[in-house]
Amino acid sequence: MMADLRELYQETILDHSKRPRNFHEIPHPDASAVGHNPLCGDRVTVFLRLSDGVLADVAFVGQGCAISKASASLMTDAVKGKTKAQAHELFEKFRRMVTGRPGDPVDTPSLGKLAVLSGVCEFPVRVKCASLPWHTLEAAIEAKKEIVSLE
Amino acid sequence: MAKPAKMLLNVPAIKADFPILQRKVRDRRLVYLDSAATSQKPKQVIEATTDFYSRYNANVHRAIYELGEEATREYEGAREKIAAFIGARSPNEIVFTKSTTESLNLVAYGYGLKGKLQKGDEIVGTVMEHHSNHVPWHFVKDHKGAVLKYVDVNDDGTLKIEQYDELLTKRTKIVTVTLCSNVLGTINPVKEIAKRAHEVGAVCVVDAAQAAPHMPIDVQDLNADFLAFSGHKMLGPTGIGILHGKPEALEATEPLLGGGEMIREVHLGRASWNDVPYRFEGGTPNIAGAIGLGAAVDYLTNLGMEAVRTHEMEITQYALDKIGRIKGVTTYGPKDVKKKAGVLAFTIDNAHPHDVASILDVEGICVRSGHHCAQPLMERYDLPATARASFYVYNDLEDVDVLVAGIKKVQEVFA
Ligand SMILES: Cc1ncc(COP(=O)(O)O)c(C=O)c1O
Repeated sequence: MMADLRELYQETILDHSKRPRNFHEIPHPDASAVGHNPLCGDRVTVFLRLSDGVLADVAFVGQGCAISKASASLMTDAVKGKTKAQAHELFEKFRRMVTGRPGDPVDTPSLGKLAVLSGVCEFPVRVKCASLPWHTLEAAIEAKKEIVSLE
Repeated sequence: MAKPAKMLLNVPAIKADFPILQRKVRDRRLVYLDSAATSQKPKQVIEATTDFYSRYNANVHRAIYELGEEATREYEGAREKIAAFIGARSPNEIVFTKSTTESLNLVAYGYGLKGKLQKGDEIVGTVMEHHSNHVPWHFVKDHKGAVLKYVDVNDDGTLKIEQYDELLTKRTKIVTVTLCSNVLGTINPVKEIAKRAHEVGAVCVVDAAQAAPHMPIDVQDLNADFLAFSGHKMLGPTGIGILHGKPEALEATEPLLGGGEMIREVHLGRASWNDVPYRFEGGTPNIAGAIGLGAAVDYLTNLGMEAVRTHEMEITQYALDKIGRIKGVTTYGPKDVKKKAGVLAFTIDNAHPHDVASILDVEGICVRSGHHCAQPLMERYDLPATARASFYVYNDLEDVDVLVAGIKKVQEVFA
């Protein structure tokens, strides 16, 4: 594989896209939202269980490319147990990473496993794939009823 | 690697005409397989447009001075070339628009919405249309109460042609169909469809966006009433499109744009219109675009549209053989190249088309992924998305070999 391709499709990403974690519905969730990228047909639903402002459980279902699926899977792992504010802060850091310039330093201590998606910044057209689950999570947290649509 | 084939077109010489094909993408030779989205431009077209701007830029039809005369002569000369290219009886049957999309909107608005259509009149389309041949007709339904009906597709990607017999009624006023599908590559029997439309007193509107660049078109033989296509898909510039109309069809169409050029006399509160086709060309037109398209038509005519079509059939056959044979790859649309243009939609098991396109991109290969602006068709086949390779005069069998190697790389990643 070429270097930048190996960046984009790291083992961890392929693993999460083939065997996504938290890939199920949460019955009677406290919040949920649907995200849709009409350009590529990606569709994701994020479910939340909240307890005292903490994301006690997070799960998702949907179909999409490897990047969006892996991103959703990694996200659910990353935000579980975090407060709404912490989840939001993590999204901001994640957003900065995937929209940054190739070679920019990655805040690995805060991003943890999410840092495997840093290769996305070399493929600007794929940024939406990586951020769709996060936008959908935000919508669920803010209990927006409408479908999130990224175009 | 492919054997150097006995191709009708001299592809190495053609490739040399396209400056962009000399560049590299991610350090690889550019293998451009997305001509169905937009084609690349030969230097002859690029030079024709720069020549206009650098030597005789002036507005058309208005200037009394020499530059303006030259600009008008070249602009109208392009109209004549395009008329000849599709076998029109007269250049007056050729309307310059900005795109296929605008051409189809002009017909839907000027003939459908503002024309003779009555509430309850019927428009028959197909499920394989591009969004630009769906949405304008939605407007006619929403604002005029027209009834929309659709011909379905068979599983092999051909139209259920016998359905026309059920759908066409005395109330059918417009039948609209693509000559060639931008997803399946299906070439539809438009001559037969136009004939059936005429038998019930309807007009036939043809989307030739994927046909005009790739096969000979004879509007007299097809005998449709309107035919639309885009310059940018046939080696020409963006921002220039064509609407061909029979004289009586254009006469029955109201203009979309009011303004300069399209009028004869203007008074406060009223105006009389210019003749067809100028009636439809309100405002300063895309002069450089029209001249560039004229040069593109010269280029294609020089190659010969029969030769272009034969060349693409050969590549498509080769691609169907090679790609269709890879285990885990599904191709869509007709398998018989006599019924198929150089458009090949495919999916790879366990790999999303978006990932396919990204991996191919790293190999220097440009393919499209997504719904290809044909969501109703994708829904019909229950496909969220596909990848799509499309071929043109500058492609050869080696480009297909590169694609095949790329597909195998995708399969390695997602094994
Ligand atoms: C079959 C078909 N019709 C219409 C269009 C619209 O063409 P344009 O975007 O140039 O208006 C396209 C372009 O993708 C097409 O493939």
